[in-house]
Amino acid sequence: MLQLTVNGIVHQVDVEDDMPLLWVLRDEIGLNGPKYGCGVAACGACTVHVGGVAVRSCQTLVSDVDGPVMTIEGLGTPDEMHAVQAAWLEHQVAQCGYCQGGQMMQAADLLTQNPDPTDADIDEAMSGNLCRCGTYPRIRAAVKSAARSMRGA
Amino acid sequence: MTMGRAGTIARRSFVVGSVALLGGVAFGYYQYKRPPKNPLLDGLGEDEAALTPYVLINADGITLTTPRADMGQGSYSVQAALIAEELDVALDQIRVDPGPPSKAYYNTALANEAVPFPSTDQSTAANAMRGTVDAVMKFMGLQLTGGSTTVPDGYEKLRMAGAVARETLKHAAAEQTGLAVTQLKTDHGAVVLPDGQRIPYQALAATAARIDPVTNVTLRPSTQWRLIGKPMQRVDMVAKSTGTQAYGIDHRMDGMVHAAIRLNPRKGGDVVSFDASAAEAMRGVQQVIEVTGGIGVIADNTWRAFQAADAIEVEWGPAPYPAAQSEHWQVLSDTLDAAAPDATPRDDGDMDAVDASIEAEYRAPYVAHAPLEPLNATVLVGEGRVDVWTGNQIPRMTQASVADMTGISARDVHVHILMMGGSFGHRLEDEVVKRATELAMALPGTPVKLTYKREEDTAQDYTRPIALMRGRGAVDGGKVTAMEIRVASPSILDSQMGERQGMNLPGPDSAITQALWDQPYAIPHYRVVGYRPPKLGPVSSWRSVGASQNAFFHENFLNALIHEAGADPVEERLRLMTDAPSRKVLEAVAEMSDWGGSLDRNTARGVAFSLSFGTPVAEVVQIRQTEAGIALDKVWVAAEVGRVVDPINFENLVQGGVIWGLGHAINSQITYADGMAEQQSFFDFEGLRNYQTPEIFVRGLENRDRVTGIGEPPVPPAAPALAEALFQSTGERPTEMPFANTFTFV
Repeated sequence: MLQLTVNGIVHQVDVEDDMPLLWVLRDEIGLNGPKYGCGVAACGACTVHVGGVAVRSCQTLVSDVDGPVMTIEGLGTPDEMHAVQAAWLEHQVAQCGYCQGGQMMQAADLLTQNPDPTDADIDEAMSGNLCRCGTYPRIRAAVKSAARSMRGA
Repeated sequence: MTMGRAGTIARRSFVVGSVALLGGVAFGYYQYKRPPKNPLLDGLGEDEAALTPYVLINADGITLTTPRADMGQGSYSVQAALIAEELDVALDQIRVDPGPPSKAYYNTALANEAVPFPSTDQSTAANAMRGTVDAVMKFMGLQLTGGSTTVPDGYEKLRMAGAVARETLKHAAAEQTGLAVTQLKTDHGAVVLPDGQRIPYQALAATAARIDPVTNVTLRPSTQWRLIGKPMQRVDMVAKSTGTQAYGIDHRMDGMVHAAIRLNPRKGGDVVSFDASAAEAMRGVQQVIEVTGGIGVIADNTWRAFQAADAIEVEWGPAPYPAAQSEHWQVLSDTLDAAAPDATPRDDGDMDAVDASIEAEYRAPYVAHAPLEPLNATVLVGEGRVDVWTGNQIPRMTQASVADMTGISARDVHVHILMMGGSFGHRLEDEVVKRATELAMALPGTPVKLTYKREEDTAQDYTRPIALMRGRGAVDGGKVTAMEIRVASPSILDSQMGERQGMNLPGPDSAITQALWDQPYAIPHYRVVGYRPPKLGPVSSWRSVGASQNAFFHENFLNALIHEAGADPVEERLRLMTDAPSRKVLEAVAEMSDWGGSLDRNTARGVAFSLSFGTPVAEVVQIRQTEAGIALDKVWVAAEVGRVVDPINFENLVQGGVIWGLGHAINSQITYADGMAEQQSFFDFEGLRNYQTPEIFVRGLENRDRVTGIGEPPVPPAAPALAEALFQSTGERPTEMPFANTFTFV
């Protein structure tokens, strides 16, 4: 049995040590926010925070998880949105939306480390997160909005 | 303008009505058109007279039926907005539901592109044939999302559904209160009495279900619109901004098992033999099941199913198409050398009499769709009933496929369409449902969710066809005087509709010459010839279909000829253009980009235009030479759609279409070796990343009554506009995509 804290809730899971965190979250704990896109850390749809840092959960073995896990569901909710989520809504970033949970978790991590990112900082932090619909112009704008809002708060 | 459209509607016949449902009321709207001389329509079944519910009001609230599937393009929201505009409800007051597969939801706009008249031809003859083809599609009940048709299909129909419901609710309120209908208004989901008292629609549902629906309605003029044309929040935006939107892959049921699959990577080939003993011994694995062309694994967790599927040792049979990519190109080359044309849809002037000595040969590769959500489907085979949960664009074909496979009547096959994490045409196919059904048939009573591994999704993609173009042209006195384009490309119609859906349609495949023959240019000698090579690998519709490669051919060659003529690419196009709205699109993009203005050093620009799916789009792409390679700097886009329904979503779709067009033109291809795709995942097939994305400036034009779509038309001009910029920057004109084979990009 492994013990995992996910979005503040403690879970006991009976899984192989080498099961990726993504599949523990999705199929064992039942969270849909982290998405499966590629399984090889090439798209970022599975991005979650472990110990406050963005990781690709599809390439993070569950036995290597050494801190509390937060998924997009833990970042904020429709009734109580995180500044990043509120910015995503304000800019209507999503098209299909499948990558956006990962994009928002990556953006939240960026803004925690760097409250006032330049365009180059945003490009660098966000380019591991693929969006096949091509919402990148709106992602950039939303990251800047969220940064302003978080600095003001 | 809008009153004119309303007048057109009033001259048609409608059957409208309402039915009581579960203590509520459903309003239908059905466009009734049965030309007495058309024998195809004499056999209409009784179910077709049944009402089409678009508006359902019951104890749960107000539900709007949005039968065009949502792959991410916002179709649910735009359909809801069209109904809500006339129904007088806010988008946050309603729910949307894609509805069941039904003939009544046939797509009325697909016919527009299926006739041998260019979309710019609105003559009586052209529209009469569109009407005839439309009647056939209605008979077939082609409930399909594609061809950028959602808005043109629903623009009048859905507003009419909203208006019928609203007027009937007012009559219900008049009956309940004894007031005259003329004294009543509607606002925000309620009928408002003269004293300001509000009766919510739900309180009128029971009465409305009893009375005859009001059929004599007129659509509001655009001056009274509250929603259309104004920024609105898409109905799915809160969920998609908070990670709470559920997609097909998120479907969960009690007792559900997780499945993975290995299919012959030589697509369509057989399984010669396999050894699953290692897989069967793995933790969580419940069963290994052979399916058509592969092997499925049933497990208690998706990852365990993936691991077990990978552990199966399989000997695959050969590919039913040439094994090496070079052989595919050879087939196309041989076809252009020797085969008879599939069609010559344009032959102006006398091409044979011209000394057309400027020549070109261009290529477009196979490309995969690769939506971020891999293919998946959940199927439950029960007693005399099958349920399917999946995201796809062809629910009625899927229903028929599953009925055929299970022997259960289509009536008892329930296809539940779920939100899609992208499609780009990938989900116009339903092979994943067929494979999931095979697995579920082996486990009756157990819901089986089949998820494709990314690598499997890439390997099994039914790609955009390759295409080979040979062009000849001439210039004289600073003008383009002749252009001939001959293109060979495998038939999507044969592969997608023929082989997989059993619909073998006669005549030429219009996708082969799509966006070549119908461009609004008056080149004196102008010929377009399409060639259909023998069948190669499976191919399918890819965002903008034939236009995606043909616009590259047409516009890259036209730019080459204009360069030879020494003319300006915008000016020469304007001189040649015969369609006023198309000209305005080009003028708009020239003005937006300050075309002809001075450029920074290291910067270059190209322009291209394409008319596809009835929507003319012009794009200017600006690139910059940097130490790290060529960077995409800025893009300007103008598009004519008649009416921009949702300006925010419009901008998002246009930007996304440009990024799609540029990204694949730069870095994406599927190539075959040993009959298998050589690409696997997003490390070798990715499109654009954030850091590579240019600034994109968008303008939607409304210079025309006719409303057309925007999901696909921004894609085609992107590649040739970039190609021209590359030529201007380097002196070398790209002749094949992906351009990264020849040029170095950031």
